[in-house]
Amino acid sequence: MYTTNMYEGMLAETVMIHGYQGDVINAYFARPLGPGPFPGIVLVHHLPGWDEWYREVTLKFGHHGYAAISPNLYCREGHGTPEDVAAKARAAGGVPDDQAVGDLNGAMQFLRSLPYINDKVGIFGTCSGGRHAFLAACRVKGFDAVVDCWGGRVVVANEDLTPKQPVAPIEYTRDLSCPLLGIFGEEDRSPTPEQVTQHEQELKKQGKTYEFHRYPGAGHGFFYHNRPSYRQEQAVDGWNKVFAFLEKYLI
Amino acid sequence: MCTMISKTVKIGGSGKGTAGWFTVNQVNVSYDHPFHVPLEHALNIDFVNEALGPGARVAVELNPESANALVETIQAVLKQAEVGGYL
Repeated sequence: MYTTNMYEGMLAETVMIHGYQGDVINAYFARPLGPGPFPGIVLVHHLPGWDEWYREVTLKFGHHGYAAISPNLYCREGHGTPEDVAAKARAAGGVPDDQAVGDLNGAMQFLRSLPYINDKVGIFGTCSGGRHAFLAACRVKGFDAVVDCWGGRVVVANEDLTPKQPVAPIEYTRDLSCPLLGIFGEEDRSPTPEQVTQHEQELKKQGKTYEFHRYPGAGHGFFYHNRPSYRQEQAVDGWNKVFAFLEKYLI
Repeated sequence: MCTMISKTVKIGGSGKGTAGWFTVNQVNVSYDHPFHVPLEHALNIDFVNEALGPGARVAVELNPESANALVETIQAVLKQAEVGGYL
């Protein structure tokens, strides 16, 4: 816990990492100054892109004592403003799951290569990033905790699968390799409360360690202070639950 | 979250972006998260030229009622032009 008599310093910068199939992609990285050891966290941006909110979240995790990295999953779409690049990805139906998982694995490996990591690395994502975080925690070994904030399309009907998203993430639940925290709004339409319950039943069936929190009066994206979906009371409680969960498994 | 509802069609025309006029050769239409309009999902239309990079984009984000009104208006105008012998 931070107290006002502490020294505080942080380094935050763009770095290049190796992602899917060895591709070089860019990422935003923040860490506290000092020798550590620090827990690591991979932050998975949402469909609206590798945007300012994710830079703020990267800094937030750095402030909380994490070596935090947010890879640009849309790096291959070219460069421009975050909105223009995200619009291109949106038009293309997002990025392939295999590619996203490969990039997130690369971010995790980057953190594990650093001399000041405490040997624990988590992964956090919102919206499509929540879905990607869950997928990565199932398909890649090396994560110690995962936070899925309102990731939709975890439960997907067969007719809604696409070449880029060929398997419903719920099908990978048996392979989940670390504890899961789920944060959801009860008024969300993707995932719906029924889909969240369906996923919870699968987690129980597979004997996984998880916490699901469902917030009344909140819909999709209720942490986003720059959108009308923001819900102050629920967001504050949700953030507290995120950091309590990660402290339990990563510190 | 992302609906992933998106379609793309080739077109011909010009659009005016932040750097002035440019040739648009594709329109991307999605019903998904917008960037600006205060809605969870919107009907997003991006007139683009991918060869010029992601910034070559003229964007609008509409609520569904507005999108339907736009479609009907375009069709009505084209019909009137056809009846008038302009097409």
